[in-house]
Amino acid sequence: MKGNEAIAHAAIRCGCDGYFGYPITPQSEILETLAVEKPWETTGMVVLQAESEVASINMIYGGGGSGKRVMTSSSSPGVALMQEGIAYMAGAEIPGLIVNVQRGGPGLGTIQPSQGDYFQATRGGGNGDYYVLVLAPSSVQEMADFVDLSFELAFKYRIPAMILSDGVVGQVMEKVVLPPFKPRRTEEEILRECPWATTGRKGGRPINVITSLELRPEAMERHNLHLQEKYQQIRENEVRYEELLVDDAEYLIVAFGSAARIAQKAISELRKEGIRVGLLRPITLWPFPTKRIAELSGHMKGMLTFEINAGQMVEDVRLAVEGRTPVTHYGKMGGIVPTPDELIERLKGDFSL
Amino acid sequence: MTEEIIISGFGGQGVLSMGKILAYSALMEGKEVSWMPAYGPEQRGGTANVTVIVSDERISSPIVSTYDTAIILNQPSLEKFEQSIKPGGTLIYDGYGISVPPQRKDIHIYEINAMDAAAEMGNPKGFNMIVLGALLKVRPLVTVENVLKGLRKTLPERHHHLIPANEAALRKGMEIIG
Repeated sequence: MKGNEAIAHAAIRCGCDGYFGYPITPQSEILETLAVEKPWETTGMVVLQAESEVASINMIYGGGGSGKRVMTSSSSPGVALMQEGIAYMAGAEIPGLIVNVQRGGPGLGTIQPSQGDYFQATRGGGNGDYYVLVLAPSSVQEMADFVDLSFELAFKYRIPAMILSDGVVGQVMEKVVLPPFKPRRTEEEILRECPWATTGRKGGRPINVITSLELRPEAMERHNLHLQEKYQQIRENEVRYEELLVDDAEYLIVAFGSAARIAQKAISELRKEGIRVGLLRPITLWPFPTKRIAELSGHMKGMLTFEINAGQMVEDVRLAVEGRTPVTHYGKMGGIVPTPDELIERLKGDFSL
Repeated sequence: MTEEIIISGFGGQGVLSMGKILAYSALMEGKEVSWMPAYGPEQRGGTANVTVIVSDERISSPIVSTYDTAIILNQPSLEKFEQSIKPGGTLIYDGYGISVPPQRKDIHIYEINAMDAAAEMGNPKGFNMIVLGALLKVRPLVTVENVLKGLRKTLPERHHHLIPANEAALRKGMEIIG
């Protein structure tokens, strides 16, 4: 099935309570598949086409605020519209899932694939000092697997989680094993897991307030320090990445999502020519595998960051490498997806191979 | 074994569905598959293409630079993909609407007249299945039985009565290719 379809099926299977979204290419199959599957008749999951992306994200804010597992999905310009809501969720520590199946930008841009929202996703995107936890799937299987994982992490840390996909992974059809069914949490389970949530005040518990507003500077500073402490914990515990053929590698390609798949093909061709290239694929883009890249940089003659954009993740790679080895970037924009051959040629050119 | 295939033609010719049926059939044989459409504001008369990869191993990139086999259904597609076929590869094209035939000498070229055959059979919509049949004759990637299984999987049940007509079209394609 398509990556987008896998997201929808995985949502139904992982006990998701609600989906709120507005159609946009190249991710409309998510809402379409949910409409075909009619989960409201089986698991009781709510599926609603909202009037806009701004409405969708605020529905997530409300649903997450009451402790429900709720999600939205969109593509780049739609996710840009959601940034205010995402910042509010981060400030109020509301868990939730946002799926971005990226297309080319800026602005309305193109409907073809891109990874141009890396900055937006990993730098927060809205106002204030915050991060969202960003997972980058590179296959239809990971589109399915990351839905439940995102919810687990979002609730564990009370943070919005994002699946940063793109038009390639959303549209491609591959083999997938869907996760087993997990029931939606009961009201009692939500009360136990989310004592902070606005679940209706029964039994005289203190009032829970969901807000990102705090006018007393000292209290706001305390809140910010608490957020920073949480982000530090996430950096220490939740970094995920995959390595391919790095042990004997002299050169390293760093690539995420669909670009990592193209890089794999390029690497197998380069290895046939005797050029020892490996791949590091960040799975979490925030938190970023800074430490691992720093370790590897000591053994490499050079590194190439391959992204379908003008060079965004390359900044994080350079911050990790701290000049220990040359770092170059290759990418294309405008919805053009580079081919393995183009990547091979660039890597050879960059390092005079 | 890995076979990288491009299918390209006009929107409305059944390019994407042919790729989908091929991918599902290969899945039925336990192969690894990927199906990557050139998606867009597609419409009848526009161009459409899809990359299908069938392999015994895990597939790395669903996007490739060169192809083992190209199925070409109109002139613009021929111009776009003729040079991307690997030496020794296969090109199958429908003669209808091709004014400048392929020039390569280092690939196997087959011309079929699927458009005419479909019209003769009184089943113009069977065009893509005729082409698929032709492909399977020269590149036996999957069995006809598994294509029929794939069809059962991709077609909604209300269309299952069309499966025999599709099978006839497949076999016609196998027959007419030179």
